[in-house]
Amino acid sequence: MLLKDFFKHLLIYKSAFAGLIIILILVGLSIYTIVALPYEEATKLWRAGEQYWLDNPRNSPPSWINFFLSRKLPETIVLSTDRNQPGVSKAIISVEGKFSVIRVEISFNYEYDDFPSEINLFFKSNFTASAPKVTVSWIKPNGEEIILKIFLISKDYSYYISNDENLVRDLISAISKKFNKTFEYGAPLPLLLFAQEDESIFNPNTAKVTKGRYKLQIEAICFETGIDLFSKLVIYGKVHGWAGTDHLRRDLGIALLWGAPIALSFGVTASASTALIQMFIGAISAWFGGKMDTIIQRITEVFMILPFLPVLIMISTFYKFSIMVLLVVVIALTMFGSGVKNYRAMFLQIKEFPYVEAAKAYGADSLRIVLYYLIPKVLPTIIPSIVLSVADFVFLEAALAILGLGDPLAPTWGKIIDDAFTNGALYKGLYYWVLEPSIMLAAASLSFAMLGFALDKIFNPKLKEI
Amino acid sequence: MIPKIIGYLFKRAFMLLITVVAAIYITILVANMGGYVDEIIKSEIYLLVSQSIRQNPAYRMLNETQIMRLINEIYTLEIEKIGFDKPFVYRSFIYLKDAISLNLGRALFLYSDSGSKSVRIIILERLPNTVLLFTTTQLILFFIGLFFGLFLSRRYGSLPDKISVLLSPLSSLPGWFYGIFLILIFASLFRSWFGVGLPYGGMVDPPPPTDKLLYALEVLKHMILPISSWLVAYSFINIYVRRTFFLMFSSEDYVELAKAKGLPESLIQRRYILRPTLPPIITDFSLTLIGSWMGAIITERVFNWPGIGSLFYAASMIFDTPVLVGLVVIYAYLLAVTVFTLELVYAILDPRIRAGGA
Repeated sequence: MLLKDFFKHLLIYKSAFAGLIIILILVGLSIYTIVALPYEEATKLWRAGEQYWLDNPRNSPPSWINFFLSRKLPETIVLSTDRNQPGVSKAIISVEGKFSVIRVEISFNYEYDDFPSEINLFFKSNFTASAPKVTVSWIKPNGEEIILKIFLISKDYSYYISNDENLVRDLISAISKKFNKTFEYGAPLPLLLFAQEDESIFNPNTAKVTKGRYKLQIEAICFETGIDLFSKLVIYGKVHGWAGTDHLRRDLGIALLWGAPIALSFGVTASASTALIQMFIGAISAWFGGKMDTIIQRITEVFMILPFLPVLIMISTFYKFSIMVLLVVVIALTMFGSGVKNYRAMFLQIKEFPYVEAAKAYGADSLRIVLYYLIPKVLPTIIPSIVLSVADFVFLEAALAILGLGDPLAPTWGKIIDDAFTNGALYKGLYYWVLEPSIMLAAASLSFAMLGFALDKIFNPKLKEI
Repeated sequence: MIPKIIGYLFKRAFMLLITVVAAIYITILVANMGGYVDEIIKSEIYLLVSQSIRQNPAYRMLNETQIMRLINEIYTLEIEKIGFDKPFVYRSFIYLKDAISLNLGRALFLYSDSGSKSVRIIILERLPNTVLLFTTTQLILFFIGLFFGLFLSRRYGSLPDKISVLLSPLSSLPGWFYGIFLILIFASLFRSWFGVGLPYGGMVDPPPPTDKLLYALEVLKHMILPISSWLVAYSFINIYVRRTFFLMFSSEDYVELAKAKGLPESLIQRRYILRPTLPPIITDFSLTLIGSWMGAIITERVFNWPGIGSLFYAASMIFDTPVLVGLVVIYAYLLAVTVFTLELVYAILDPRIRAGGA
């Protein structure tokens, strides 16, 4: 009944309702994350390094921004010989049992309005002594064929087509000769391979994509028999997934998802345990008085004069510790904070109440009085401040991450902001990189703040009139 | 009467001093992590010494044992030079004595812009930048809170009042967080839309103007975004807190009496509401001000502001303990001096303290 009344009260405040909804969504998201993507796996993926993420484009905004754009940005196209995809064919022709020719043809439709960001070609081959000789050629929708490169491959070979300086030079001089006009800008290779060859190509703003079916042909001459060739073509897009990618091609979704449970558990644990410990210390200080009181008050003053954030930064610099240890350190540093003084003042008043006198009279011991008579009286009034300070602790974790401190393994929202900042996301216009984690952070802390303000009015009715 | 106040102030000064000493000693312990940092520094020195000897062509003729002996000799000398040969507990008290007498020593790795290694010079070089930025910010915030707080406390329940209450949860996001958005809009987006924008960060654009007035304008331009970010973040909560505070006082009996007497509104505000509430507001302001000098590390990092926050960050990244300890010491002193000054002022001004002697 009481609980029902409380919720009725709470829902009068629309902001509290909104806050509660956001908190519930975040809790749901956290549970989903913990179940769907276990922490070990998430940290492993997050730390896997660029090799693991080689099929993702670099610094790409999320795919859904295409809804808002008139010029559709390309998605990544991955075509490989071992996936049985349409448009990929492989033929092995054995000649006289001595050597063989492997022909791979990869074709795809390109219907986007912007050029790809990069193009890479990966090979794997199982030869023993002599390396196959590979010819890679590119066929445009109009049938024009360009030989990209002829080379010998190793067992595990990557041809970074878009980094091929020679090819860029050759293509530029060929096009320049055709139109008798020089390029005024450094045309990137994806543009040269995908653009319509007319006057428009000489300006990066007017260059248009030729839409249609492109073909990549690989012809490998193998000097041994029984050789197989795996090849994979990646046409990197400019958008990726629901969250986008960072400078290491990592899917930001992992850190955005895992940020939620980490922020919530860190914020709630830190604020609840700090408030409870401070209250307990305050109660002991007020109840026992005398020497105990003096000692606790002096310790509190020492901690109040120590600047919290700098000391925390010092500690986390010297020990790059995990998020759990960080939590303990934060609690240890704040437990003698200014809150102790406030609680002590409250308890000094309560101490004189008749019901406490009564408890003393029938012989309750100190611990019993502190735990069952003093603390329960104050407990409801501190709930709003616990909820309110969750926001502070959520941001504390983010702040430490932005200073390059905090848990080196955990993928958190603060980490993304830090990465974005160090890699100049705001200079380069990669706004999604900063906005996504920021919106999550803001949602998490605003929801607790809105709920906290409303709770404050319910639990401290004096404020309601004002 | 007077001796009573002096006795009380002496007692308070003594207590504050002990608090400061304890806080500084804890800082020294934390900064040295029980000798953990010493080991890092020692091994670094060893590496440096052995590298410089092995690469020195003059010692090419020596054999391995001779080289090792030479390395150890020079290493021991270097260790003695920076006083690392004594046990940590002994050294911690030397550090404490130096720190308390503000003899902050020499930085291990950092230099001041003028090339000095003295911690005091390094800190004093940065301190004015921080004080400039955050004192301006806090002063603006203070007056916004005071004026709008008074204004809304008279019109409470009105639309502007309701709006400011509704917006106060916005202050749960810190200033640096709004800073990121302001940079995004006013530095980055404005540049792409209009070709001009406010600076991304820093204090002056290179090359710094030689003309004093131009220099000041340049610095002012760089202060716009950091100050705005704090105003967005903390204005509403400031107004809310002040308004609530004034409201509580405006229902006091003596205010009612003044109203009944028919005194003009402005006089009631000044004499009956502002005057009795000013001491706690001033206390709050001065403590927040000092706090903001130290607590703005992240704002300084986001805006690349060359103040003591950035200095602290830089020092903690390369384990420059003397600088770290120096900053905390100066902070603790500033705080203690502020607290003491406030108590001194109140002891003189507040008749209750004057009479009661505490």
